[in-house]
Amino acid sequence: MTNAIDVVDAASVRSDIPQFRAGDTLKVHVRVIEGTRSRVQLFQGVCIRLQGSGVRRSFTVRKISFGVGVERTFPLHTPIIEKIEVATRGDVRRAKLYYLRSLRGKAAKIKERREPTGA
Amino acid sequence: MSTNTRTVRGLLGTKLGMTQLWDANNRMVSVTVIEAASNVVTQVRKPETDGYAAVQLGFGEKAARKVNQPEAGHFAKSGVTPRRHLVEVRTANAADYEPGQQLTADLFSAGEQVDVTATSKGKGFAGVMKRHGFHGVGASHGAHRNHRKPGSIGGCATPGRVFKGLRMAGRMGSDTVTVQNVTVHAVDVDNGLLLLSGAVPGPRGGVVLIRSGVKAKGVPA
Repeated sequence: MTNAIDVVDAASVRSDIPQFRAGDTLKVHVRVIEGTRSRVQLFQGVCIRLQGSGVRRSFTVRKISFGVGVERTFPLHTPIIEKIEVATRGDVRRAKLYYLRSLRGKAAKIKERREPTGA
Repeated sequence: MSTNTRTVRGLLGTKLGMTQLWDANNRMVSVTVIEAASNVVTQVRKPETDGYAAVQLGFGEKAARKVNQPEAGHFAKSGVTPRRHLVEVRTANAADYEPGQQLTADLFSAGEQVDVTATSKGKGFAGVMKRHGFHGVGASHGAHRNHRKPGSIGGCATPGRVFKGLRMAGRMGSDTVTVQNVTVHAVDVDNGLLLLSGAVPGPRGGVVLIRSGVKAKGVPA
């Protein structure tokens, strides 16, 4: 029964999205349409949340812009994203990094994850 | 009214559920996926014989051993295998249909406005707040154990009775509900799927009747 819906979803699901998790710093290239021409805008920040599954999956990126925290939530499979680059992998212990909202400056910095050696 | 002048196209389907996708302008659209395969014309009603013009549609499979004799005869007459659901769609051009004719999802086209009829989800015995949208009673200010009650249901000695039809608690849902002007977002003929934008009544797996919209304007007939 749900298989038919998967067929519908398969048309919207994108395969060119890299793997990332909360704590990673992302560069999201967003297509912006101004009148007739479109350009690409960069939104760079920390991914603080991944939510949902399948075609409904979405993620939230937080950055500090002119001293003000800005969060933007994107559907993971939205066609307005030209590409997502993972700038750095973060070392965090939470799936949702809401605690970053109450931290400023150096305290809000996330340690970079060291890839497990060996194994 | 035994004469109907509108031409109506109808199709039965199963509601598979909802999902979301993006349209040409990259806007997110919530769609209900309807599987509308294996529709077949089981009878054509004619004004001369039946007093009105309509198409009878059959949908869904039914095991032959579960079909009683009157039904079996009815399906044999139109030369189709037994179907679980039958429905009549009154339309002026009923004579254009043939018994045994297969109808598929491409009866409707993307962008068209349709009406969707189905049985809504049953809510059981529901109170007045849920069933009729009453505001209930205050949460505080000394309200005592009557937060969701209807309040007064009428006067005292005049009229000395409760008016008929007063809205009270009771069974809610499982009603036949029609949603008008639902836009067909896309038609997937290969898989027999109709994608309708927005919600339609009924549970997943429920049978829905899709008809061309009564109030649809500016659409190809």
